[in-house]
Amino acid sequence: MIQVRYFARLREALGRDGEELRWGVEIAQVAGLTRHLLARGGVWERELGPGARYRVAVNRQLAGPEAAIRDGDEVAYFPPVTGG
Amino acid sequence: MTVRVQAEDFDVAAELAALQARCPNAGAVASFIGLVRGNEEGQAVKAMTLEHYPGMTEKALAEIVAEARRRWELAGTAVVHRVGRLLPGERIVLVAVASGHRDHAFAACQFIMDYLKTQAPFWKKEELAAGSRWVEAKDSDRAAAARWTEPGSAA
Repeated sequence: MIQVRYFARLREALGRDGEELRWGVEIAQVAGLTRHLLARGGVWERELGPGARYRVAVNRQLAGPEAAIRDGDEVAYFPPVTGG
Repeated sequence: MTVRVQAEDFDVAAELAALQARCPNAGAVASFIGLVRGNEEGQAVKAMTLEHYPGMTEKALAEIVAEARRRWELAGTAVVHRVGRLLPGERIVLVAVASGHRDHAFAACQFIMDYLKTQAPFWKKEELAAGSRWVEAKDSDRAAAARWTEPGSAA
């Protein structure tokens, strides 16, 4: 299983702060997991589709679409950061 | 090296004194304090709520400080960032840097703030008269962080 977490505006738009997904080869990369989420359509497509601005972290480290996801990992989707 | 994320306010004088005490040979301390603005694009701000990613935030801040220590000769650093609901005028963040000389302290302090604004997982939601909205990331913040990687930068 992997833990997927959502923060800030994404958490509110998607209506959840996280979920558990069964790990598989189709989500063994960030790009694959994003495709899996996009396939849900609706708000998922709006928030994570082409043109949407968001960042991804794997195990609390910023990660690009090619980053690997292993069983047990924590993956987070969030908007560009605005602290300070 | 101090890195803290907390809901409660911090005492600036106490933080600077603690940093100085840890760095007896420092010749300079530069510090920056970020505050909640009372006004955003002509609209009065009632409050600002800061959310973060516990666990990743501390790690991201520690990495930014480590990068600053690779680039400049630093004796010590302190980064304190608040989360939760804050009112206009309240302190959000403190970055303090101790070094042998002021140029290293000034540059590292600015570098840490510029990177914090684009790399550390904090998000601001402002409460205005018309309602609440998430603050959008600014291009000017991205440009401020990017200048540290350009040839001939202050780095």
